[in-house]
Amino acid sequence: MSTKHSRSLARIMVAPAVFALLVWMLIPLSMTVYFSFKKYLPLRGGDLGWVGFENYSRFLSSSSFWPAVGTTIFIVGSVLLITVILGILIALLLDQPIWGQGIVRIMIIAPFFIMPTVSGLIWKNMFMDPTNGFLAHLWRAVGADPVQWLSHASLASLVTIISWQWLPFATLILLTAIQSLDSEQLEAAEMDGAKPIGRFFFIILPHLARAITVVILIQTIFLLSIFAEIFVTTAGAFGTKTLTYLIFQRVLESQNVGLGSAGGVYAIILANIVAIFLMRIVGKNLDN
Amino acid sequence: MARTVTAQRKILNTALSWTLAIIIFFPIFWILVLSFKTEGDAIRTPIEVLTSAWTLESYSIVQERSDYLKHFTNSVIIALGSTVLGIIIGVPAAWSMAFVPSKRTRGILMWMLSTKMLPAVGVLYPIYLIFIELGILDSRTGLVVILMLMNLPIIIWMLYTYFREIPAEILEAARMDGASLTSEILYVLTPMAVPGIASTLLLNIILAWNEAFWTLNLTAAKAAPLTAFIASYSSPEGLFFAKLSAASVMAITPILIMGWFSQKQLVRGLTFGAVK
Repeated sequence: MSTKHSRSLARIMVAPAVFALLVWMLIPLSMTVYFSFKKYLPLRGGDLGWVGFENYSRFLSSSSFWPAVGTTIFIVGSVLLITVILGILIALLLDQPIWGQGIVRIMIIAPFFIMPTVSGLIWKNMFMDPTNGFLAHLWRAVGADPVQWLSHASLASLVTIISWQWLPFATLILLTAIQSLDSEQLEAAEMDGAKPIGRFFFIILPHLARAITVVILIQTIFLLSIFAEIFVTTAGAFGTKTLTYLIFQRVLESQNVGLGSAGGVYAIILANIVAIFLMRIVGKNLDN
Repeated sequence: MARTVTAQRKILNTALSWTLAIIIFFPIFWILVLSFKTEGDAIRTPIEVLTSAWTLESYSIVQERSDYLKHFTNSVIIALGSTVLGIIIGVPAAWSMAFVPSKRTRGILMWMLSTKMLPAVGVLYPIYLIFIELGILDSRTGLVVILMLMNLPIIIWMLYTYFREIPAEILEAARMDGASLTSEILYVLTPMAVPGIASTLLLNIILAWNEAFWTLNLTAAKAAPLTAFIASYSSPEGLFFAKLSAASVMAITPILIMGWFSQKQLVRGLTFGAVK
């Protein structure tokens, strides 16, 4: 059906989307790169000229850079570990015949649809508030001292909040993958005397490998740019400043655009490294 | 891979699943409870909360603050506007790539996906500056455009995977019967594409509704949607459990209901077709 006429028509039909995304990518991106080579302080003198790679080296050598990298890695790593492991276990469980499966599924998926600012504040106030929060009441009920969650266990608290939001995503994708597993293969293994643990490691886990990779890559891309959850809970205090949050503070709070832009370029490079792996998997899928 | 299991196993699995589900769902259940309490009762111990009187007070207070409705309207306009605009641009693009693929189709699709990987914070200041220049900072127009661009790759990818499932033979048959291109699109393809377009619409409304980077950074009083409205409760003086709960319940309910209907599409849409 690819006549010349339909080909040129097809090109016209793609054009608006390509144009929109091209503008969206190129203009802001080149501006960020441009600013990153400038000393640019909008509130304190504006454009103060070219500085070469100074912003890049200053961003790396600033005292908040390495802690921010550490925090980012800790949050992303912990959330990935928790959501993938719990996700696999819950998916395995939900795959079994149970009563009320529909309702159970709905309840488990629900946190994913809660807007980030709401889930941040629910946890911060109604659960982690050290005087009136649910957990404080619970702690007092068993005779323990309530914990100042967001200041004394800030990272663990944030990991809890973010994992709660992303666990449904991992579970749902892993469940979809498990359900596509051929049950005959499992039955055959069972008849051959394979123990449940053996069946899990030699049949189910290899089958899930691709779905797990996809979950890890997609979550990493989203988790690297976690923002609202930190914004409404600790606002970057108590060692919860991630790379994204640090750049946000440099650019909008301290209005050091040059420095923030250099950070932005680092963030873009980092995200692209993860993206390359994801694109490979998706691209393979496109071929068949 | 559901297999037959003994009744005993089924009871055990059911008990375990329900326990987990209740724990995971609990925070949402709890704000639902708190939203029907007075401010004084909402901060008592859980048992006292459950046994205290129920009231709609918080809802009417939140509702009376005229700005709640304004933020809700902003959310609806921004989420619907950006998604519909994205669909209008996305349908022709996905359509032509699915039915008239060229050598470049694969490259274009991958490139579109790569724009989704661009971390928002990396272009925060340029966008901020452009918005000031164009006079669309803190405007719904600006957010509609930005969220449309954010979700356009997902929209096109989802539509593309749906359109690819429409067998091309049907089109050929229609053409043999002398159907013109317009009637082919209108009467043959559209009815088959509607479910895919509807799912795409649904998932992207959810994503746009919950988007909380651009909505927080590019709005102030005027165009702030619910994400930003709720964030204003993060200051200590805004610490009212019952009212915050009521506002939260009102902000998440519509999307929670839509979300439950879009479970399947969620997997397809957010994995770019890599898991189906």
